[in-house]
Amino acid sequence: MGSILLISQTALELGFQYALVAMALFLSYRILDIADLTTDGCFVLGAAVSVTVTAAGHPVLAIPAAMAAGACAGFVTAFLQTRMGVPSILAGIVTNTGLYTVNLMAMGWKSSASLMKKDTLFTLSKGLLAGTPLAPFWEQWHELILSAAATILAGVLLYLFLGTRLGLSIRATGDNRDMVRASSVNPTFTITVGLCVANALTGLSGAVVGQYQRTVDMGSGTGIVVIGLACLIIGETVVGRRGMGRGVIAVMVGSVIYRFIYAIVFYTKVVPVDCLKLLTAAVVALAIAAPTIKAGAGLQKRKLAAGRKGGR
Amino acid sequence: MLRIDNISKTFNPGTVNEKMVLSGLSLHLRPGDFASIIGSNGAGKSTLLNAIAGSFIVDSGSIALDGRDITFDPDHRRSVVIGRLFQDPLRGTAPSMTIEENLALAYLRSSEGTAPFSRIRKKDKDFFAEKLKLLGMGLEDRMRQPVGLLSGGQRQALTLLMATLVTPKLLLLDEHTAALDPATAEKVLELTRSIVADHHITCLMVTHNMKQALELGNRTLMMAGGQIVLDVSGEERAGMTVDDLLRRFRAGTGRDLDNDRILLSD
Repeated sequence: MGSILLISQTALELGFQYALVAMALFLSYRILDIADLTTDGCFVLGAAVSVTVTAAGHPVLAIPAAMAAGACAGFVTAFLQTRMGVPSILAGIVTNTGLYTVNLMAMGWKSSASLMKKDTLFTLSKGLLAGTPLAPFWEQWHELILSAAATILAGVLLYLFLGTRLGLSIRATGDNRDMVRASSVNPTFTITVGLCVANALTGLSGAVVGQYQRTVDMGSGTGIVVIGLACLIIGETVVGRRGMGRGVIAVMVGSVIYRFIYAIVFYTKVVPVDCLKLLTAAVVALAIAAPTIKAGAGLQKRKLAAGRKGGR
Repeated sequence: MLRIDNISKTFNPGTVNEKMVLSGLSLHLRPGDFASIIGSNGAGKSTLLNAIAGSFIVDSGSIALDGRDITFDPDHRRSVVIGRLFQDPLRGTAPSMTIEENLALAYLRSSEGTAPFSRIRKKDKDFFAEKLKLLGMGLEDRMRQPVGLLSGGQRQALTLLMATLVTPKLLLLDEHTAALDPATAEKVLELTRSIVADHHITCLMVTHNMKQALELGNRTLMMAGGQIVLDVSGEERAGMTVDDLLRRFRAGTGRDLDNDRILLSD
């Protein structure tokens, strides 16, 4: 029983931490309609910056530093696609490849970095309620509360941002670019802001995960864009797609569900854990292909029906 | 108001598909002019509107609006003072956003310099609702619905409202009623007429309806081969029939008006 509680706790913690990546994809993929492949490298960048700055004794500063680094990565991708005419998917891949070296650099030219006994936001906040009656509860749950608070705060801020004039312009850019130009807004600007914000969120996710795991390695971002999309799709299936508020809630719900699925697979071994990425990729591909498959199936059905009629 | 001097544009230069679509075209619109443009297929009517709106930069010549040279301005900067409607009613609005949000975006043109982080206020909403009422389509009660749920005619009327929400110096209409059913087209045209008249907007309208071209506004232009070949206004235009117009076109260009969608009458 105790272990189930512990597993749920971990799933919730990771769910909220990785939800920020899904939130970034909600902005770049769902709203701006851009498949931003910067995400994988950007996540590692956030984690690397966070771990390195934390190791230097500044766990609080590590968070904005990681977000700023992420925003820079997003800016490069946006610059390549809006100003230099690089196709948007390729722009992300190019930035992502460049980030490999940047990430090595951020970790001091090693392929991984860890925090040893350094203080993180999680260790620092653990003793916050010491001496009060709430102390035992806080000490057990503070990592979850902190992770959830960071993600919910980011979600609320993103929701508020999308209701501003700038936010509206970004949403319209993914919806109808002609109309954005006709409203005296430069789509180059809105795409740039959108990708910077999205990658700042991805960087934040890396930063929180880095401090939580107390370590970062080059492989930790591999496939995270697909996992983030899976979370987005799962969340939208459960929560629905209408409206910005629902979208922001959906990514959190989707991410937590994904981590529970992960935990179940991890402990029950219904499929080997190593197969999970293949499974995730298949689920994402199927979910995105669903409308096309449905249309194709409908056409086949009509063809069969027509063939039968013609045969008689 | 609008002064176009000797503009030219060649598409696909240096290839087998090279085509000069505007060749040394000049046009001067006075403030409050409402000119309609007719012409054959490929005469360059839409290209002219694209050149004015800034969809591309012309190869040579200059374009000035209200005394300011806009020849090299990008389209999004020109749209501060130029409103535009396309034939496709879907092109002017963002489908997944609400009516209110679409109007708020259009309203950005007014507020150059207002904070990017400001939100739609109650006052703005009331203003939008009041404007929507003028369309007479009941849209003021559906402001929180996505625009994607509206019919083509409703979307085009909304686009018209958005293009004129902040009174533009110039309104470009590219066969904006051609894709609508006749009754809706008539309604949108009537709205166009009243909005343009109320705000004294200088207006340039491409149409394939010859009768419309003679009845609406105060000037009729005919285009052929990337140039304006006929420009009639005033008394000369007042007495003109569609037949006169066709005869003048033939006299001016040496061939018949050739447009597969032309409407000689309604």
